[in-house]
Amino acid sequence: MTKVTLTVNGRTMSGECDDRVLLVNFIRDKLGLTGTHVGCDTTQCGACVVHMDGKSVKSCTILAVQANGSEITTIEGLAKDGELHPVQAAFREHHGLQCGFCTPGMVMTAVDMIRRHGGNLDEQTVRHELEGNICRCTGYHNIVKAILAAASEMNARQAAE
Amino acid sequence: MGIEGIGARVARKEDKRFLTGKGRYTDDMTVPGMKYAVFVRSPHAHARIRNIDVSAAKAAPGVIDVLTGKQMLDDGIGNLICGWMIHSRDGSPMKMGAWRPIAHERVRYVGDAVAVVIADSVLEGRDAAELVVVDYEVLDAVIDPLAALQPGAPQIHPESENNLIFDWEIGDSAKVDEAIANAAHVTEMKIRNNRLAPNPMEPRAALGIYDAAEDHYTCYTTSQNPHLARLVMSAFYNIAPENKLRVIAPDVGGGFGSKIYIYPEELVCLWASKRTGVPVKWTSDRTEAFLTDAHGRDHVSTVKMAFDANNRITALKVDTIANLGAYMSLFSSAVPTYLYATLLSGQYAIPAIHCNVRTVYTNTAPVDAYRGAGRPEATYLLERTVETAARELGVSPAELRRINFIREFPYQTPVIMNYDAGDYEASLNAAMQAADWNGFEARRAEAKARGKLRGIGMSCYIEACGIAPSAAVGSLGAGVGLWESAEVRVNAVGTIEVMTGSHSHGQGHETTFAQLVADRFGVPMDSVNIVHGDTDKVQMGMGTYGSRSGAVGMSAIVKALDKVEAKAKKIAAHLLEADEADIQIANGELVVAGTDKKLPWAQVALAAYTAHNLPSGMEPGLKEGAFYDPSNFTFPAGCYICEVEVDPETGKTEIIQFVAADDFGNIINPMIVEGQVHGGLAQGIGQALLESVHYDGSGQLLTASFMDYAMPRADDLPSFKVSHQNTPCPNNPLGIKGCGEAGAIGSPPALINAITDAIGNNNLEMPATPEKVWALINA
Repeated sequence: MTKVTLTVNGRTMSGECDDRVLLVNFIRDKLGLTGTHVGCDTTQCGACVVHMDGKSVKSCTILAVQANGSEITTIEGLAKDGELHPVQAAFREHHGLQCGFCTPGMVMTAVDMIRRHGGNLDEQTVRHELEGNICRCTGYHNIVKAILAAASEMNARQAAE
Repeated sequence: MGIEGIGARVARKEDKRFLTGKGRYTDDMTVPGMKYAVFVRSPHAHARIRNIDVSAAKAAPGVIDVLTGKQMLDDGIGNLICGWMIHSRDGSPMKMGAWRPIAHERVRYVGDAVAVVIADSVLEGRDAAELVVVDYEVLDAVIDPLAALQPGAPQIHPESENNLIFDWEIGDSAKVDEAIANAAHVTEMKIRNNRLAPNPMEPRAALGIYDAAEDHYTCYTTSQNPHLARLVMSAFYNIAPENKLRVIAPDVGGGFGSKIYIYPEELVCLWASKRTGVPVKWTSDRTEAFLTDAHGRDHVSTVKMAFDANNRITALKVDTIANLGAYMSLFSSAVPTYLYATLLSGQYAIPAIHCNVRTVYTNTAPVDAYRGAGRPEATYLLERTVETAARELGVSPAELRRINFIREFPYQTPVIMNYDAGDYEASLNAAMQAADWNGFEARRAEAKARGKLRGIGMSCYIEACGIAPSAAVGSLGAGVGLWESAEVRVNAVGTIEVMTGSHSHGQGHETTFAQLVADRFGVPMDSVNIVHGDTDKVQMGMGTYGSRSGAVGMSAIVKALDKVEAKAKKIAAHLLEADEADIQIANGELVVAGTDKKLPWAQVALAAYTAHNLPSGMEPGLKEGAFYDPSNFTFPAGCYICEVEVDPETGKTEIIQFVAADDFGNIINPMIVEGQVHGGLAQGIGQALLESVHYDGSGQLLTASFMDYAMPRADDLPSFKVSHQNTPCPNNPLGIKGCGEAGAIGSPPALINAITDAIGNNNLEMPATPEKVWALINA
C-alpha cells in the first residue's frame, strides 16, 4: 500500500492504495468523488477525463501513484460558487446530454479543447477533437453545438474583460 | 403553450446534477460493509462442467466466499424466463431450454457465468477469480444459425431439436404465392441484418442488500423497468415475495433495450448478499458488457416483392432466420415476430404478405430487443427491396413509393397492424426539399470531376410503438400487460409530485412530464417533481422502452391530472360559491369564468388538506391515480434521405448530409425530440457503416472492446437536418406517437441505398466498411 496525496479541486486529499489502483478508481472509491466515470477498459471512451496539472488526461490510464503530488480538477470542481462554467451552461442550453454518463468526461475534454485552441473552433475541429469521447445517446449533434457556443461565449467574456 | 408548457423547448431539470458530477448511478452507490462480486466466466462457447474447485480462490486474500451454480440451484433460485410465448406453425409451443443464472453442468456461450467471487475489493476478487479451477469438457460449438439448423450440428439444448426454437408464420402464403406467380416483375433480395452490441455508456451494475433483521431485500440495478425486475425476480426467480423486495433503478446511463432484461448478475448479488450476510455490488467492465449484455438484430432473410404492370406492389414474401443466441432472453421471442413481421407492409398498400420466421439457438450471447427491436429489421428489408425494385423497374425511388403509399386511414394491413393516421407523402416531400433532391445529379457530376463517387438514398419508414395494448399482446403470447400508471399528488401547500411507472435513462422525463403539469395547472415547473425508479415510491409500472413513455406513460399522467383537475374545480366551486362548470384553471389560479373571483392553486390544495370546508361527502386530500392501457400501437413514420461521397481509393464513405422528416404526432418538447432523433440516427448510421459483433468459428468474441468494435464517434457523423410533419395520434389524449427509436429504425437503409447508388453495385451488406465498399468498386 502506498500513500497518495493529491490536490483535488483545490483541496488536499490523501489515501492509501495498491500500486496497481487506477487514478479513476482512487478518485471514485477513496475520495468519494463519483462524478468521474468508468465506461470502458481500453482508454477509448473518455468518461474518465479529468484535468491533471492543467491538461486533460484519461484517469483510467493513469495509476494513482503516478498522480501523486499533482493538481487534479474533476467535474465536481468546475462550477465556481454555485455558478456553472460556461461549458456546463452551454451543454444545458443546447441539450448536449441525455443520460449524463459520458457528460463529465465530455465537459472536461471540451474545457481543455477550448483552452488549447484559444476559443477558435469550428465544427470539423470540434468533431475531430472529440474522437476520444464516446456518447451513445446524443449523436454528438448538440454536443458540438454546445462546445462551439461555449467557446464563443468564453471569447466574448474574455474580450469584455 | 406557455414558456414551460406543452410544445415548449424547456431546458432539462435533471441536467444540473449530471453536469456537476452529482448524478447517482448504481456504481456510485455505497453502503456500509459492502463487498464486491467478480464473476468467473466460461472461456469456452460450449462445454460440460466436470468440476469446479474453489478451494484456492476461497483462501485468497480478501475473499469472503466463492459461490457456484450448484449452490444457487440447491437454494431454489429459479431459471431465467422468456416472457412471451410463441407457437410454431404446427401449433406446438416454442422449444425453450433452461437458463440457469450461474451455469450448472453446462456452459453455452463464452461469458456464461460459472462461479462468483465475493471479496473486499474488485482487484482482490479478480485475483481470486483466476484461482478458481474449472474442469471443462469442451464440446463442439455452432455459431452460424444456418449451420445450427443442420442435422448433426451440436445440440445446445435438449428441448430444441436441431437448435430450432420455433417456426412461426404470419399472413397468407397461398395468396402471396399466387401473386408472385402472376407478377409483372419480382424483385428478389437476400438481406442480412448485422448483430450489434447496444453499449450504453454506463456498464450494467447491481447492488444487492439483504437485511436479515427484516428478511427484506433491496436491489439497486441499472434497469429500464424496476417494477418488472421486482415482478420477475419475485414470481419466477424465487428471490423473495414482492413485499420483501425493493428494487431501485437510480440514474441509469442509457439502456436502448439492453437494460430491460433481468440478468443473472442482479439475482446473484441478491442471493449472495443473503448467503454471505453482506451487501454485494457488481459492476460490469466493458468487455463483460460485450460478452453478456443482450445483443441486437442478427437476421438473415430472403425476400420476394411482386409488382404488377403499373408498378404497384402486389405481394411480399419473406423468409427469416433469427439468431437468438445461447439462451432465450426476456423478450427475445417477440422481437423477430410480433415486433417485426407485423411491420412488413411498411408505408405501402400491399394486398398480400407472408412471413416465415425460424429462431435458432447458437453458442453466442443471447439476443433481444435493441433500439427499434424488430422494426429496424423490417424497415431495412423493405426499404432496400423497394429501392432496388425502383432501380430494376427504371422508376425513381420517390415515384415508386408515391405509387404505393397508403393514403386513407385507418388502414388495416394484412399483418395485424391497423395504422391510425399518417401522411407519408408530406414527409417524403419535406425530406426531398430539405435534401435538394432535384439538385443531386449536378452534385454527383461535380464530385465525379474530383474523382469521388456521390450517391443518394431514401428510406420511408413506419414503425409500431407506444407499446402496447394489453389484451392484444396478451392474445399474442405476452406474459405481461403493457399499460402504464401515474399518481399525481398535490401536497398541502400546492407543490406536486407525479409518481410514474415510466423510467428515465436519458429521455428527460423529469422535465417533459413536469411540462404536462405546468401546462395543465399553470404552476411553475420548479414546483413539480417527477418520481420514478423506486418500487417503494411508485406502486407499479412497466418501465421505459418501445417508445412508450410519451404515448402510454404521459397518457396515464393525463388521466390522473383529469381527476385532480375535476376535484380541484369542485373544491374551488364550493369555496367560491360558483358552478363547477364555470371554474377555469390558468396561470396557477382557479377562476370563476368572466369574473374576478379566484383562488390561487396553493389555497385550493390547502383547503383539500385542512378539510375545514369541503363539499358535503367529499374526502379530504388531492391525490389521484390512473392506469392507462393503450387501445392500439402508435405509428410514427417518416422519410430519411442520405447523401454520401465515397472515396474510390479507400472505400471510405463520408456522409454529406442526412435529412430526417418525421411524423411523431404531437410533441411535448421539440428539443428533447430532436435529441432522440439525433441519437437514433447515430445508432442507425453506426449499424450501417461501422458496427458489427464478430464471433470466430469456435465462438470466441473477437469484438469485445471499443478497440475492436467501431462505435460511432463525433467525426463519423454529420450534423443532422431534422424536421417534423405531424399528424396527431387519434388514440391517446395528447395525440403522441413517440420518437425514441425512429432514428435507428429508418436510417440504415438510407445509408446503404446511398452507397450502392454511389458505387453502382447493389451487393453491399452492413456494415459498409471501407474494405467492403472498396472491394465492390474494384470487383
